[in-house]
Amino acid sequence: MKIEKIADNLVLKNGTIIDPYLGKTYEGDVWIKNGKIAGVGNINIPNDSTIINCSGKTITHGFCDIHVHFREPGREDKESLQTGSRAAMAGGFTRVCVMPNTNPPLDTPESINFIIKKAEKCPIHIHPIGAVTKTQGGNDLTEMGLMHQEGAVAFSDDGLPIQDGAMMRIALEYSTLMDLPIINHAEDECLRAEGVMHEGKISTHLGLQGNPDLAESAMVHRDLELAEFTGARLHVPHVSSEKAVHHIRKMKINNEKVTAEVTPHHLFFNDEALRCFNTNLKVAPPIRTEKDRKALIEGVLDGTLDCIATDHAPHTIEDKETTFDLASFGMIGLESCFGAVKKVLVDEEGMTLESLIKLLTVNPRNIMGFDSDLFGEGIEAELIVVDSDQEWTFSREHVQSRSINSPFYNKGLSGKVIHTISCGFITNN
Amino acid sequence: MMLQHKHLLGLEGYPAEDIQTIIDTAFKFREVLDRPIKKVPSLQGVTIVNLFFENSTRTRISFELAQKRLSADTVNFSASSSSLKKGESFKDTAQNIEAMKIDAVVMRHPTPGAPKLLTEFIDAVVINAGDGTHEHPTQAILDMMSLHEKFGKLKGLKIGIVGDISHSRVALSNIYGLLIMGAEVTLCGPPNLIPPFIKELGVEVSTQIDEVIEWADALNVLRIQRERMGLGLVPSTREYRAMFGLTQERLDTHKKEIVIMHPGPMNRGVEIDGTVADGDQAIILDQVLNGVASRMAILYLLCGGKSSEGDES
Repeated sequence: MKIEKIADNLVLKNGTIIDPYLGKTYEGDVWIKNGKIAGVGNINIPNDSTIINCSGKTITHGFCDIHVHFREPGREDKESLQTGSRAAMAGGFTRVCVMPNTNPPLDTPESINFIIKKAEKCPIHIHPIGAVTKTQGGNDLTEMGLMHQEGAVAFSDDGLPIQDGAMMRIALEYSTLMDLPIINHAEDECLRAEGVMHEGKISTHLGLQGNPDLAESAMVHRDLELAEFTGARLHVPHVSSEKAVHHIRKMKINNEKVTAEVTPHHLFFNDEALRCFNTNLKVAPPIRTEKDRKALIEGVLDGTLDCIATDHAPHTIEDKETTFDLASFGMIGLESCFGAVKKVLVDEEGMTLESLIKLLTVNPRNIMGFDSDLFGEGIEAELIVVDSDQEWTFSREHVQSRSINSPFYNKGLSGKVIHTISCGFITNN
Repeated sequence: MMLQHKHLLGLEGYPAEDIQTIIDTAFKFREVLDRPIKKVPSLQGVTIVNLFFENSTRTRISFELAQKRLSADTVNFSASSSSLKKGESFKDTAQNIEAMKIDAVVMRHPTPGAPKLLTEFIDAVVINAGDGTHEHPTQAILDMMSLHEKFGKLKGLKIGIVGDISHSRVALSNIYGLLIMGAEVTLCGPPNLIPPFIKELGVEVSTQIDEVIEWADALNVLRIQRERMGLGLVPSTREYRAMFGLTQERLDTHKKEIVIMHPGPMNRGVEIDGTVADGDQAIILDQVLNGVASRMAILYLLCGGKSSEGDES
């Protein structure tokens, strides 16, 4: 994948423009002058323009992923803000939110500032999510107000669920001061116990310790009740079970401040795939049954689940090429995201391409409060060109992340990002 | 190769005819064990590593004896004396062993799937000697051989497995093997030690041991791990004995012949009374001898063919 500075005058010519903000689809050109939108529709193309023929392709907003792990600071051997940016651009993402479970964790205004400063040199927009509690220890609130002033867009102790209900209540109450979402990795640690995969028929077959769906749904239910009680904004990450979808659907009727996300891997795989003990499928929360997978799809289709987020979680080969108990939880997901969700939601489930694009653009942007009118004149270009019909097989060559822990190798995907335009750069994927 | 699979990782999905071949071969080796000189040259020149990442006494001795009876060269490697404690990765350990040109690895490991992972790193034959709470296929084979010896068949037999099913690789391999061979299986134990999804494997579940005794042709009594006591899983040993123990009184009230098995080591007075274990109905020591014969058969069938003579006992 090549990343280059974009030309002073760049024209994306003859594409199908999908504008998820205005909800319009039409044929036309996009003129980008000095990195900003100069015109959309029928353009009088300036003489010195660089022209990219987009006929048969889709031009739309750059994707936004509100849940990634870029491992900086601390584990730059797994990923950095720079390498993570490349992975993002390969997948069509122009904007991401990085989780704070770094080493040290992002639990002070100074550490938030560190990310903001480093992100300025990256070819995509990177927003830090701050920790809810100091050292993510679950006991002591961070300086959320000061962290917000430095640029934190949400708060989460991701990876370390807030077990103490009273602590969660305090965090939600305090977050109303900034009106930013609290994102709680919903897993009851006692119910999860030593579970390494979904507890069900397959875990029984494999003799692997099971993590029941109750570990998620019981915690989601608690958080939903606390959110309603406090009036705070709760965002439920990586929903994995039918039971949790059910709780969220019910609670959303009376509480519009609740939002939720789903990952490509929970939409794509079911626990049958773990039969070969593939540690790249070891993830938290676990890949669950086909029934759960179908419930997640239904949740996406009826709007219970607001957006797609990858939970891109890079790990070294050594962390994954080991026995199942010792293998780290998580998988990379930025590069394979669009091809996976387009295949499941559009090709298999009949969703429109326009609706799918919303799940990757305006919906996550709304949750984080980012501007969504990306085709407006004078707006910095944050666009992608997609070949939505391209069938392709995911392989190592498509990975731009520093880590390679993906379960999507050799899987047939549908829809490929061809160019990503962001921060004055363009990729040729 | 005389079996369809190169390795013996587990009995899930294992071909019935291959299980029968192993049992038939094991009976031939059993005859060798009754001779004054209990040794055949079948695996001369074959090098086998016993790779034990978890403590084991009887399984390891049984394998070692089987290897020696077959004239194989063996090396023992246990985690306590290995570089694992120095932080060497599983992959490095495996590749080091491979580099030393061995023909087969017998491995015990605390993690389900570890033998499968080993096959991805090495070319040698891998035999699973127990992987965590997953499978223990050689134990199930010796159990089936012992049942076959007693009943002359496996098809149609009614087998009860009693104890901590959730944490038992012996139970899981026995379930797979017995169902493949056409037996019926009922599991019995405290409800919290029976996996909630186990019925989907095709077994029955009961919490009433007396019902199971009444139903079964044979009972396989599992060791109740003392570590489980007091962890909220089993309230106490006396409670366990009262509810699930195979006591003499309990056996006496059922006026029927029933075969008693135990994979060992036993907790006498907890899951089984000493008088029951030593009684006429128990075949526990036959299991031990059949364990050596079964493992000889498995090693011979998977690693044999290198030697030109002494194949037949």
